[in-house]
Amino acid sequence: MADTVFTSVPREPGAVKPNAILVADGVTRRFGGLTAVDVAHFEVERNSITALIGPNGAGKSTFFNLLTGFDSAQEGEGTFEGRPLRGMSPAKVARAGMVRTFQLTKALNRMTVMENMRLGAQSQPGENLVRAFVPPLWATREREISEQAHELLHRFKLYEKREDYAGSLSGGQRKLLEMARALMSKPTMVMLDEPMAGVNPALTESLLDHIVELKEDGMTVLFVEHDMHMVRRISDWVVVMAEGKIIAEGPANTVMANRAVQDAYLGSHHDTDLFEEREEA
Amino acid sequence: MDILFDVLRTAIAPSTAAFALAAIGLNFHFGLTGLLNMGHAGFMLLGMYGFAISLQAGWPIWLALIAGLVAAGVFALLLGWPTLKLRGDYLAIVTIAAAEMVRFLGRSQSLKDLTGASSGIRGKDFKEPFELLSPFPDRIVEIGPFSLHGSRSSSWWLTVVTWSLVFLFAAIYWRLASSPWGRVLKGIREDEDAVRSLGKNVYSYKMQALVIGGMIGALGGITWSLGNSVQPDSMGRPTTFWIWTLLLLGGAATVFGPVLGSILFWSALTLVKSVASALIPSDVLAPTELEPFSLVLVGVTLMLLVVFRPQGVLGNKKELAFNG
Repeated sequence: MADTVFTSVPREPGAVKPNAILVADGVTRRFGGLTAVDVAHFEVERNSITALIGPNGAGKSTFFNLLTGFDSAQEGEGTFEGRPLRGMSPAKVARAGMVRTFQLTKALNRMTVMENMRLGAQSQPGENLVRAFVPPLWATREREISEQAHELLHRFKLYEKREDYAGSLSGGQRKLLEMARALMSKPTMVMLDEPMAGVNPALTESLLDHIVELKEDGMTVLFVEHDMHMVRRISDWVVVMAEGKIIAEGPANTVMANRAVQDAYLGSHHDTDLFEEREEA
Repeated sequence: MDILFDVLRTAIAPSTAAFALAAIGLNFHFGLTGLLNMGHAGFMLLGMYGFAISLQAGWPIWLALIAGLVAAGVFALLLGWPTLKLRGDYLAIVTIAAAEMVRFLGRSQSLKDLTGASSGIRGKDFKEPFELLSPFPDRIVEIGPFSLHGSRSSSWWLTVVTWSLVFLFAAIYWRLASSPWGRVLKGIREDEDAVRSLGKNVYSYKMQALVIGGMIGALGGITWSLGNSVQPDSMGRPTTFWIWTLLLLGGAATVFGPVLGSILFWSALTLVKSVASALIPSDVLAPTELEPFSLVLVGVTLMLLVVFRPQGVLGNKKELAFNG
């Protein structure tokens, strides 16, 4: 389902996109002697679904943390909608319109589903200590927020659960709640860290539909995923990382056929017959 | 019947109200925000020093009150500044140490002129401005079965003031906890990173909670000192743990938990003490051993509480319990 905008984009690591919303340049993150991320150039096309894949330990989640301000790189620059990301706190990144979810779901367990949702909204004046004392100053906004939350909960089929504690939801429902909560801030870009991990197959389908809907609503999606089948189904563009570097980019089909990608996933001798090798030797 | 009167007198005593106030402060820290403040007595002590020393210096009472609160607020800022960026345990370590530092500083001979060192500041040296404000007569007043002095020390005047403050701050807690501001703090209690990812400045919110809770703690200390005296050793680690105990007993993250907890805790202590002194002959348990004995019994009761009702009397098990 690759978009036409991608037809002119070269299938190579660090490819330049026609209308990039997120750009990273020369990003390096070292933990002691280990270089976890070493990305020369990376761009995400606006209003597309981009998948970030790679074997375990490739540095995908670290790169994610760097982009969203949860970790800071030793070197490198990034811009989101033209604004520099360097030194931005996670909260500021979120307020700028780039919200994220987590690999290990962070539902706020001992709060109700509705309270979870309301917390996701921006510009609630009642979140200021002084104004919190005077409900008339924030009650109107609170009603707007609640309405928006109800709409999203209907869409994510959590409406019946709205007064339940988030801790009582199933793992898959928590994933849905986390995604719905992120949408409360009306973001321009949504970053999903392994949205399908630990979700049962029935719910996976609806999660995929929700992700596609985000794009239809004009948002940009970048997600980390392991399951190739899912990636193939919904992504417009796939970026492959291995050992901290981007090794391939392109639409799902081209990338899967890429030799370097297969080597990274399966080892560089995956298609040589061991018996043949021994005979040659 | 005497025992019942003793228990009732404890239940309405100004000290009980003072501890309820301190527990409301701790409820802002722990119940609402999940901050582990293990040095609450330090905030209380700093509050009373600020108040009593300013009064001795001849400041008007309202300014002395502000001085006590500001001292605790600055203390909270200093403690929170390096620790609130770190994991929760670090705040616990720093607060317990800092509270002890305040106590030792207060005890030190080199500050004798200000703090009175280990003997503290006697009640008659600073209570007068407060007692002069009393509308009650300057003699013993009997109301129902209780007879208290009208204005001096643990008086009817202090009883009225402290309990009014308790209900005022319970109302403030209710207003803030059920506002969007309180919602952010509850979110932080559950998962800081999630709240960060939703665009909230977690550090600033934690600091606000620490300062507000610390200042309410200081107010608890000030009201306590008006019924007793400023004595550094009465605000040591046991005091902090009593406040924790009565907060969890009443139910953390509830509006009236701290109030009910304080009443139950001190009443139970008086009950055990009175019953023990009435029933156990003094050659088995000397009068001096009654206090430690009743504390042991209260401790056992608390262990039972942890096992059978971890959310406290008023608490909601789904929201906050010992084993969360």
